[in-house]
Amino acid sequence: MKFFLLFFVFAKIGLFTLGGGYAMLPLMEQELVDKRPWLSRAEFLDIVAVAQAAPGIFAMNMAVLAGYRRGRVWGSFCASLGAALAPFLIILLLAVFLNSYQNNPAVIRIFKGVRPAVVALIAVPVFRLAREAGIGWKTIWISILSAGLVWLLHVSPVYIVLGAGLGGYVWAARSKI
Amino acid sequence: MIYWKLFYTFFKIGLFNFGGGYAMISFIQNEVVIKNNWLTNGQFADIVAVSQVTPGPVGINMATYTGYAAAGDVWGAVVATTAVCLPAFVLLLWLGKFLFKYQHTSRMKGIFAGLRPAVIGLIAAAALGLCNAANFTGFKSVLFFLVAFGLVWTRKAGPIAVLLLSACGGFLMY
Repeated sequence: MKFFLLFFVFAKIGLFTLGGGYAMLPLMEQELVDKRPWLSRAEFLDIVAVAQAAPGIFAMNMAVLAGYRRGRVWGSFCASLGAALAPFLIILLLAVFLNSYQNNPAVIRIFKGVRPAVVALIAVPVFRLAREAGIGWKTIWISILSAGLVWLLHVSPVYIVLGAGLGGYVWAARSKI
Repeated sequence: MIYWKLFYTFFKIGLFNFGGGYAMISFIQNEVVIKNNWLTNGQFADIVAVSQVTPGPVGINMATYTGYAAAGDVWGAVVATTAVCLPAFVLLLWLGKFLFKYQHTSRMKGIFAGLRPAVIGLIAAAALGLCNAANFTGFKSVLFFLVAFGLVWTRKAGPIAVLLLSACGGFLMY
């Protein structure tokens, strides 16, 4: 039952992931933190950090980590199978049956509406997670610096995550003495 | 043997892909179009476009489509999709084990105290990066953005409802 639920929740997330992995953050937060007591909000943010730093597909990484937290190796397996299933079946159907539906005028109109909404879906967790993670005047410079480095200077997020993790480790080690 | 080649190529793509779907596009293009001739450049551009308008991660969409086109059957798609997911699956299992075991130690708490604000910045960068002419074509786009933001922020509607609503809105208003 636990494993079926993991599969089902991530299949739902996979089905509605449009415009890249970040757009599904509000949906994941809703499904994993708000609706079910699977993760605390802090744990959710920790998993996002690890999923970002690791190689591979962000959405799949999230499925593996959240699945592991809930049901160890089999949890990871069921969650990632669920996340991959809908995209796999839809692309397969498209590859088999039609080739140029992205030029269909109705599809173009639909996506003119969806694209700005996807940007909003990514913007909301910025503010919500900042509030929940207790970001104050002492730490907000880290967020602004990271955003600026990635957005304006195109620094790879891998370095940001490694740098911030190392900084935190050093800070914890020094303040203990 | 095509299945083995597909497996090997997409395993490599999964292993060396840092920084998300869009960063891996040029890597996949090099492997799939230039080295192996599984797709033409035109087919590759089509599948990039299709990935934008179908659900799911770009990496999985690419693997499924290329696997089907290269092998000519469903098994090619299954092999390529499994292979692209496998390296991260194994690595993340190991990372997850480590993470949840040492979650409550002070050093690990320190690491995440540094990471949390940085990750919020990374998400902000992703949103800012998408504020471009392709996604915002005019006044109506800004309206769609503001309504979607307001609905999700106030929890008046879930993300799925917002996506369906904006799809209907786009169909009716453009």
